Amino acid sequence: MIIIEPHIRQLLTEDAVNTFPDECCGFLFGREETDGTRVIVDILVVDNSKAGDKTRRFEISPADYMVAEQHALDHDWSLLGIYHSHPRHPAIPSEHDRIAAQPYFSYLIVSVMENESITMRSWLLNEVQQFEEEKIADYQFS
Amino acid sequence: MATVIIPTPLRKFTNNTARLQVSAGTVHDTVQELTVNFPDLKKHLLDEGGNIRSYVNIFVGNDDIRDLQQGLTAVKEDTVISIVPAIAGGAPADSTASSGNGVRGSDINSAPASGNGARAAQPFTKEELARYNRHIIIPGFGMEAQQKLKAARVLVVGSGGLGSPVLLYLAAAGVGTIGIVDFDVVDDSNLQRQVLFGVDEIGKPKVEAARRRLEALNPYIQLNIYNTHLNSQNALDIIRDYDVIADGTDNFPTRYLVNDASVLLGKPNVYASIFQFEGQVSVFNYRGADGNPGPNYRDLYPTPPPPGLVPSCAEGGVLGVLPGIIGSLQALEVIKVITGVGETLSGRFYIFDALNFESKTFNIKRRQDNPINGDHPTITGLIDYEQFCGMRAIEESPLKEVTARELYDWQVNGEKIQLIDVREPHEYDIVNIGAELIPLATVAANADRIDTDKKVVVHCKMGGRSAKAIRELEEKFGFKNLYNLKGGILAYIDEVQPELTKY
Repeated sequence: MIIIEPHIRQLLTEDAVNTFPDECCGFLFGREETDGTRVIVDILVVDNSKAGDKTRRFEISPADYMVAEQHALDHDWSLLGIYHSHPRHPAIPSEHDRIAAQPYFSYLIVSVMENESITMRSWLLNEVQQFEEEKIADYQFS
Repeated sequence: MATVIIPTPLRKFTNNTARLQVSAGTVHDTVQELTVNFPDLKKHLLDEGGNIRSYVNIFVGNDDIRDLQQGLTAVKEDTVISIVPAIAGGAPADSTASSGNGVRGSDINSAPASGNGARAAQPFTKEELARYNRHIIIPGFGMEAQQKLKAARVLVVGSGGLGSPVLLYLAAAGVGTIGIVDFDVVDDSNLQRQVLFGVDEIGKPKVEAARRRLEALNPYIQLNIYNTHLNSQNALDIIRDYDVIADGTDNFPTRYLVNDASVLLGKPNVYASIFQFEGQVSVFNYRGADGNPGPNYRDLYPTPPPPGLVPSCAEGGVLGVLPGIIGSLQALEVIKVITGVGETLSGRFYIFDALNFESKTFNIKRRQDNPINGDHPTITGLIDYEQFCGMRAIEESPLKEVTARELYDWQVNGEKIQLIDVREPHEYDIVNIGAELIPLATVAANADRIDTDKKVVVHCKMGGRSAKAIRELEEKFGFKNLYNLKGGILAYIDEVQPELTKY
């Protein structure tokens, strides 16, 4: 299970909407509870460094990746995953996502439809390199 | 020793160690050393041919080894080597946008005869997106369901105890078009449970007060009001324009009317009712996945109870919070019918007992002998439901009357009264008794000319039209000070001023 605090949702939504129709991307930071529940408390928005069509692809530069690892160390957080948007597509990992996916990371996908409709789903790679959905829970009910 | 920084995703293969010390040499040597010490790392760093995987970047200092000497790049004692996973991905290659997942997408159970068809989804404005954010972020509901709410047209029959929460929640939820039918005016005794209204609205038509309250709540929706008593003459025309009906009526004639009209037009009817401490909810005539309509009210109660057996809320009373609970459940079912999310109460009948906090859900089935859509239907159009139920949908109180002699006494005693004549101008020209002329057809429009704080005597020629005028003014504006002149101007002439012209 992954918990995304409300202000984080807001930041993710803003990035996905502002970057539309291109894909946005960035990092997720937080802590992992003993039961495996992940709590996302911060994100790092980075540029989509994909050369060419950014509406259907994203790429994060190694330099940004290293910044993210350092960011986690600086704040004593864990780097828990990657988020990116799927403009005009559902929040389901594509084959491109799967091939390039890293173990351990939560892959949060923000679907943005033409009308700015937002759906978020999170995915984790399993032992056989397939994605399994990771349930997103709200931080609190009210 | 040189240092290798292990990226977070691979730390589970290095006993959660982020920084490892390795011997100096080349990058190739470093990778070899790592994979020997941590065998599970191997498949993530190297491909089957033993080469560094394309999605793994290795940096020496700030430089990618691809820009240096690749695997032969030197690693010195103070070198910091970073293993950097390539992070990439993207949407599926096909350019067709598919609809969002996770929402069971059944279209609104629309009537074959409705002719509404599928309405194009209107895009949301930024303000609407912000307003409905808490809906949109619910997994399994999301934008798709919100779009359906916006496109939906719901008719709420009755804006009283049940209608109040239903209207508030449907308006708040963003149901795009809401119709409200009610003939009543707000009474002080309504405020114990009808949370749409406040003391400022007492005496005003409920539909108008409701519209003001709902407009203040949600400016992004369309509200249509019908300040009328739903009856066999107007029901089909009003209901025809809507996708879903929410029945919050308090009497049997209107309940059977709403049920039959919904069945005849093929509309789902979300039903609720309350009495004292008990509430009921169901979804009638809902066309499920099999395309067949679900049970309706007549499958449950083919005929009404004998007149007088079941008292109305006005007679039996109702705990004020109960319509809040049951009306909220009704609003929930309306939203589920519209969005197709979840399982509706179609084919089930829910009962809540507030006293011992028990609820039960019964299964209900269609009956072959249902008179409106059984095997041999006998009802093919709307009937006279008041006669069918043996009672009137509106409980009429007797009109206050005044005789010509009493009126004359009030006049000579100097009592402050207003005299209104609802006849036509040409009649007034023939003979009048000094009353203000407001012809019957225009009384509602001129209600502001009628006093509310002193006795108002209304007359016509013989007393019929003035009675209608009083009924209309009482129903629409809540007048309580109107008196009908018995026998009209003719009686007054006979008894008080025989010298005037009779016609």
